[in-house]
Amino acid sequence: MNLTLHVWRQKGGGSEGRMVRYEAKDVNPHMSFLEMLDVVNEALTARGEEPIAFDHDCREGICGMCGFMINGVAHGPQRGTTICQLHMRHFKDGDELYLEPFRAKAFPVVRDLVVDRSAFDRVIAAGGFISVSAGSAPEGNSVPVPKDDAEKAMDAAACIGCGACVAMCPNAAAALFTGAKIAHLARLPQGQPERYRRVRGMVAQVHQEEFGHCTNMGECEAVCPKGIRLEVIALMNRDFLRAS
Amino acid sequence: MTLDARCPSGPVETRWQRRKFDMKLVNPANKRKFQVIVVGSGLAGASASATLGELGYNVRCFCFQDSPRRAHSIAAQGGINAAKNYQNDGDSVYRLFYDTVKGGDFRARESNVYRLAEISLNIIDQCVAQGVPFAREYGGTLENRSFGGAQVSRTFYARGQTGQQLLLGAYQALERQVATGQVRMFPRTEMLDVVVIDGRARGIVTRDLTTGKIESHMGDAVVLATGGYGNVFYLSTNAKGSNATAIWRAHKRGALFANPCFTQIHPTCIPVTGDYQSKLTLMSESLRNDGRIWVPLKKGDPRPPHQIPEAERDYYLERRYPSFGNLVPRDVASRASKAECDAGRGVGPSGYGVYLDFTESIGRLGRDTIAERYGNLFEMYDRITGEDPYTAPMRIYPAIHYTMGGLWVDYHLMSTIPGLFVIGEANFSDHGANRLGASALMQGLADGYFVLPYTLGDYLASTKLEKVDAGHSDFRAVENEVVCQIKRLLEIRGQRTVDSFHRELGKLLWENCGMARNASGLKGALEAIRGLREEYWQNACVPGTGEEFNQSLEKAGRVGDFFELAELLCYDALERNESCGGHFREECQTPDGEAQRDDENYSYAAAWEFRGVGQTPALHQEHLSFDYVHPSQRSYK
Amino acid sequence: MSAIAVGGWLAQPLRFYQASIGKKIVMAVTGAILFGYVVAHLLGNLQIYLGPEQINDYARFLHSKPGLLWGARLVLLASVVLHITASVQLWALKRRARPIAYVKKEDLGASYASRTMMWSGPIIAGFIVFHLLHLTTGGAGLPFRELDPYHNVIYGFRIFWVSAAYIVSMVLLCFHLYHGLWSMLHSLGMDDERRRPGLQRLAAGFAIFIGAGNISIPVAVLLGLVR
Ligand SMILES: Cc1cc2nc3c(=O)[nH]c(=O)nc-3n(C[C@H](O)[C@H](O)[C@H](O)COP(=O)(O)OP(=O)(O)OC[C@H]3O[C@@H](n4cnc5c(N)ncnc54)[C@H](O)[C@@H]3O)c2cc1C
Ligand code: HEM
Ligand code: HEM
Ligand code: SF4
Ligand code: F3S
Ligand code: FES
Repeated sequence: MNLTLHVWRQKGGGSEGRMVRYEAKDVNPHMSFLEMLDVVNEALTARGEEPIAFDHDCREGICGMCGFMINGVAHGPQRGTTICQLHMRHFKDGDELYLEPFRAKAFPVVRDLVVDRSAFDRVIAAGGFISVSAGSAPEGNSVPVPKDDAEKAMDAAACIGCGACVAMCPNAAAALFTGAKIAHLARLPQGQPERYRRVRGMVAQVHQEEFGHCTNMGECEAVCPKGIRLEVIALMNRDFLRAS
Repeated sequence: MTLDARCPSGPVETRWQRRKFDMKLVNPANKRKFQVIVVGSGLAGASASATLGELGYNVRCFCFQDSPRRAHSIAAQGGINAAKNYQNDGDSVYRLFYDTVKGGDFRARESNVYRLAEISLNIIDQCVAQGVPFAREYGGTLENRSFGGAQVSRTFYARGQTGQQLLLGAYQALERQVATGQVRMFPRTEMLDVVVIDGRARGIVTRDLTTGKIESHMGDAVVLATGGYGNVFYLSTNAKGSNATAIWRAHKRGALFANPCFTQIHPTCIPVTGDYQSKLTLMSESLRNDGRIWVPLKKGDPRPPHQIPEAERDYYLERRYPSFGNLVPRDVASRASKAECDAGRGVGPSGYGVYLDFTESIGRLGRDTIAERYGNLFEMYDRITGEDPYTAPMRIYPAIHYTMGGLWVDYHLMSTIPGLFVIGEANFSDHGANRLGASALMQGLADGYFVLPYTLGDYLASTKLEKVDAGHSDFRAVENEVVCQIKRLLEIRGQRTVDSFHRELGKLLWENCGMARNASGLKGALEAIRGLREEYWQNACVPGTGEEFNQSLEKAGRVGDFFELAELLCYDALERNESCGGHFREECQTPDGEAQRDDENYSYAAAWEFRGVGQTPALHQEHLSFDYVHPSQRSYK
Repeated sequence: MSAIAVGGWLAQPLRFYQASIGKKIVMAVTGAILFGYVVAHLLGNLQIYLGPEQINDYARFLHSKPGLLWGARLVLLASVVLHITASVQLWALKRRARPIAYVKKEDLGASYASRTMMWSGPIIAGFIVFHLLHLTTGGAGLPFRELDPYHNVIYGFRIFWVSAAYIVSMVLLCFHLYHGLWSMLHSLGMDDERRRPGLQRLAAGFAIFIGAGNISIPVAVLLGLVR
């Protein structure tokens, strides 16, 4: 199949960007989306042009490195799937695709489709941990954790930090990401001692990073490749209220 | 050069305890005067950085991804071993030690392995306390499963995302130190060389991947935790960015490289579908419990699988290994599939695949039971291939998965360059010629949380280090070399893309130094690799400049190193005239086609010294002795 | 976004308010008060179906308790002011948070109502001004008699465009509450996966109840059912 791509090209953080049109010819439906871009890039490189920059690493949907917008949807049209796991069989001949970087003040563009998501790291550093230094841990089975709690904690902990929630949110809010970490730790007994301190710290940092605010639009939930649910945001709000 | 592994003597059970007591300590008030450089933020690097920060050292941690949380450890699925014996099924530290030495086909150090088994207990405690959501029983205690054919259930897991959860635990601990200022994190920064002053590692030279800026970082010690080199094969289950640059450049500065040819191949990966294929995806081994592996009897049979009658199928594992059947060990299963495909009976568009068929077990157990056991794997398969494994057999093929080899380190995890420590998959230490499932995560965390913090302290406390700063002339000189290398790559302006070279290199290696190796193939490969390397430096096309975010340039540097490493792999494989673990020499097999080890002549770790690009490397041997677990031949007939 | 240096008792609430979740909670609490008022007001208004005496008595009763009346008015006014201030600040935050818009953008999960809160809200505010002029102060130039709401309502709504303006505003109010009510519960942390369908239905139910209840009045007047 043949596709038309409109790709955001921007040389660096400070420079202007624009949409540029490319043709992707003879795309094999078994390719992943990124493999399709690899082929486009090979052709660009061979022509002496600079290839399209995009982030990726594991290509298994777990590292959270990949991600951009395809036709206005973070990670593209297949629900619950990162771009690296999206395959070309979900597109058809003649499709016209708009590829844009995740857009948010807190995610400045590095180049083309690559953005800087280090704001997420700083949000975690502001409290998204349990303070236990190596060596000080008690025996693993000394604190029983009800199976249900462990499962619910795992649901939230599955977040891969890809930033799709922010990209898709009409407010560019980081509520789903932040809520996921708060919920993961709040649902475990080990997370209790720092529970309220954590939420205060992380919420303040989110604000500092100039993410937008959540108005419970639910777009984030719809694109989250790991199925993180809105309830983590409610939990974060509740804990924040209690913490204040 | 004599290799002193500095292993303690005496009873294996107390070696680590005694060594810990003998080691020198750094006065708490002095710790903050030391600067430690940690390259890598995977399980090994993140746990080490966090722990060193907690102890009070000044740490600088580097990774090439945009966040430390994305290190390749994140992709590990299966689980992590620990000898907790929670299941009361007879596990113990000694048994884990025994299994690991034996599983490594008697090419690992007993002292190291015992320490690893011992520390496995603390790792679980630490991770639980950090909030890793391990699977639980209804009573709230930790759940285990048996993994990779182990006879006890000692594997702890968090759904199919154990690596992710363990890494997030370590990453969060790391971020906690970042917040206190004890650790400074440098994401999107690639280490391009190590700086050795007066024979000691004193820093690194890096490139800021966003701006292209070349910088020097001074350290009192340097720790490499940069992961495995499986991507030398181009197609592997590793992340695309995984590379050998850090360890290779350290190797070129004098660190010996041990057992490079010990690479692990995983039998159940999703096969290649075309030339564009960029990586391979692992499917859990557990699938072989209920799936039957077969190929059509007729070469190149074009019929779809369900039209091939039973009589025209070859369930080759069941035929050749009647007692183990589809559950033969990883390496045996892998080699058997290769043999079938090489003989032209492979299936799928490329002809490199075999069927893993669940029809029979779905008939026997029902679709629901199969869905319960493998639902998520089936879904993953469907997502990637667009085929439904409930109705059509899966196609699988082996792929490179893990590298047991790495920089040589002693018991203290220090390489042959004093002050240069190597931890995690980047070193060669604990798995011998073959790694057991769920043991890599264990080793990475053992190194980072519980071994390195002691041994590094001992080094700092017992070494008198001259003051140097990043302005030192040796730093300038190394920076200069790095800049020249980059310039050289950018100035080739050839016709062929870096990826196309890498793909060709990978193919060469896979065919000649992959699942089965023989002398003539290896010699041929050495020739071919050399030729390809020369072409690379004349005809590679690397667009853009060095002063910007340039992914082509990043790739080009890494592939350049892979070329040199590939040669070393072949030298090592050629030199080791035996079959052991992941290394199968076709010349060395028993009459019925099984691997034949040669303990008489090869009971050593092969540590190679670099002697120049294109030069034959020099071999140093570290002899291995087995006082507790006595070498025996593996058998599964 | 620098922290304002305020000491003493003000510091804590200010810090709370500075976080976007704090503003959200202010929105939710003021929204809840406004919602409470709208419900009570609707119940009052529905008395119109019980004839002029009933509702006019009710009005006279309210006006006979100036303390209660002004107290309520103050609370309402404060709520409206806070609600609007917070919404404007949050809206500004949103603009800052994504300075470059997408060339293409889809909506997947967000309801129409949730995407139009910043339209429905101000229009409702505009409506309230008009409504106060119409029925409270009589300054809208429409039929008005002091303390005779029955007359005012009936004669006002007989004018078609007045009824139309009310109906449109009520539809928007319905939208605003359709998202707002669930959102409020969510912002206050009362939502979770299990309760969500129930809460969302509850919110929708209330929104429709309020919308429909209010709309019924101009419709009834226009159809001549209430005269
Ligand atoms: C698909 C898959 C599944 C697996 N499943 C399991 C399992 O179930 N159980 C198990 O025990 N093991 C498993 N393994 C193996 C295990 O995951 C790895 O061996 C282990 O995670 C390696 O950890 P590490 O910390 O050594 O390196 P990595 O996690 O690979 O980290 C390397 C780090 O080094 C950095 N880095 C590399 N080069 C440079 C450079 N030049 N400059 C700066 N930074 C650099 C990277 O940014 C990264 O942070 C699996 C492996 C794969 C591929
Ligand atoms: C100028 C006037 C108004 C504006 C600009 C406005 C705007 C908004 C906005 C932007 C929200 C946020 C939705 C969210 O965070 O999910 C909201 C919520 C809400 N509004 Fe309004 N609104 C206005 C008037 C009103 C009025 C008059 C009422 C009551 C009748 C009302 C009731 C509510 C309720 C109950 C909520 C839910 C609170 C929450 O989401 O936490 N609003 N409003
Ligand atoms: C068809 C629908 C409505 C009718 C018939 C109606 C009727 C009235 C009447 C008769 C009064 C005057 C009471 C008096 O002063 O004695 C009044 C006041 C008022 N109404 Fe409404 N109303 C309607 C809808 C609304 C809505 C939707 C809102 C808010 C969003 C609202 C807000 C108010 C306010 C704030 C006052 C002033 C109360 C005061 O005097 O303090 N009304 N309404
Ligand atoms: S919550 Fe979902 S969308 Fe957001 S960062 Fe995590 S995984 Fe990505
Ligand atoms: S889309 Fe945005 S508004 Fe909230 S519910 Fe999700 S963060
Ligand atoms: S590349 Fe890792 S999640 Fe897509």
